[in-house]
Amino acid sequence: MAFGKGSDLISISDLEKKEIEAVFARAKKFEDAVKAGKVKRTLEGRVVASLFFEASTRTRLSSASAANHLGARVIGFSGIEGTSVQKGETLSDTIEMVDKYIDAIFIRHPLDGAARLAAEVAKHPVINCGDGSNQHPTQTLLDLYTMRKEFGRIDGLEIALVGDLKYGRTVHSLALALNHYKVRLKFVSHPSLKMPDYIRKEVSNPVAETERLDIGKCDVVYVTRIQKERFSDLMEYERVKGIYKITPGVLEGAKKGSIVMHPLPRVDEISRTVDATPNARYFQQAGNGLFIRMAVLDAVMNG
Amino acid sequence: MAEVKLEKIRDGTVIDHVPAGRALQVLRVLGVDDKFSDIVALLMNVESRRTGRKDVIKVENKVLSKEETDRLALVAPNATINIIKSYEVRKKTRVELPKEFVGIVKCANPQCVTNHEPVATRFSIESNNPIQLRCRYCERTQ
Ligand SMILES: [Zn+2]
Repeated sequence: MAFGKGSDLISISDLEKKEIEAVFARAKKFEDAVKAGKVKRTLEGRVVASLFFEASTRTRLSSASAANHLGARVIGFSGIEGTSVQKGETLSDTIEMVDKYIDAIFIRHPLDGAARLAAEVAKHPVINCGDGSNQHPTQTLLDLYTMRKEFGRIDGLEIALVGDLKYGRTVHSLALALNHYKVRLKFVSHPSLKMPDYIRKEVSNPVAETERLDIGKCDVVYVTRIQKERFSDLMEYERVKGIYKITPGVLEGAKKGSIVMHPLPRVDEISRTVDATPNARYFQQAGNGLFIRMAVLDAVMNG
Repeated sequence: MAEVKLEKIRDGTVIDHVPAGRALQVLRVLGVDDKFSDIVALLMNVESRRTGRKDVIKVENKVLSKEETDRLALVAPNATINIIKSYEVRKKTRVELPKEFVGIVKCANPQCVTNHEPVATRFSIESNNPIQLRCRYCERTQ
């Protein structure tokens, strides 16, 4: 079934290229409408559930904002404290029950595959807002949308993925979604945080791998957070973190017009002094999440 | 090596061309344990024209269920199943990989929802040789 009314969005691999492009076209329409202050309330009178079994500020707020912009009301929870989940209710039971009250579900869950399971139980559309280390398709869409918006195209771009490529879910999905386009990739990471083989072998674009923070002539520098929990040796963590920090100095040799992206939250892998450079795009990128989520919600609820 | 003959079974199933050394795993798949009361004959490491060495299992009064056939495909993907009636081979089929394994394989990813929620696992076949499965839920291969 083509992506549209009644569809779920669980994995970026559920979408064909033309469906991805259709989401972009719709997102652009909403972006223009939001900026002009003239959004059509296509979801007036409907109710969307926001089920965040673990916290996520950006995704939860931008999903709720997307629903509100379109006229829908949002109910739900953030964190399981005080919910029936804490009393041991199964995910299937929670979804079965919530499904009776609402017209669509945004879900975020710490377990891999939880969103797929929820979609099997729910009769209404389910949009995955992150299931463990597996998928976060609206993030991947907004990442692609940002590149497309900035350069007018994705084909032909040279894209560096920097930081934690081993555990970073966003860079995994992004690297695979870029299979739809012809790009050149550069994987920049410490050997202990390299892109895992199971992702690497599915990447169809040419890849250069480097340990040095060398962004060369890349158009896009996509930075991810290196998490402290991944290191048993904290000195090693501090050292590795320092090597891959993006500073105005690092950007001096960068290609003119290149942009720096980050899924946020940032800790200190991008120096705050980068914010004022013409390369910084991470806040715009986060902003694009609103338009993408409006587009996805509108597509699955109205077709 | 001398030709080894096993007593024929009257009615039941002969599983032939099991990769050498896998017979015990096949018995587990068939639910043959110390409480099993019908005749079971087991040959291990016999000569095979097709694969060099093979195992053969004969089980009287046994017809494989769909689930057992699916499980068998995982341990002995190239085996043949001969259904025996009155000492004759009535039907000979090659083991085939199903499109999807439902409720048979455990997901190796400890963070997979199937290891935490009461839900049957579902795996699709990612590649045949060697067999690689992809979990429908966490999307990992194993
Ligand atoms: Zn799994």
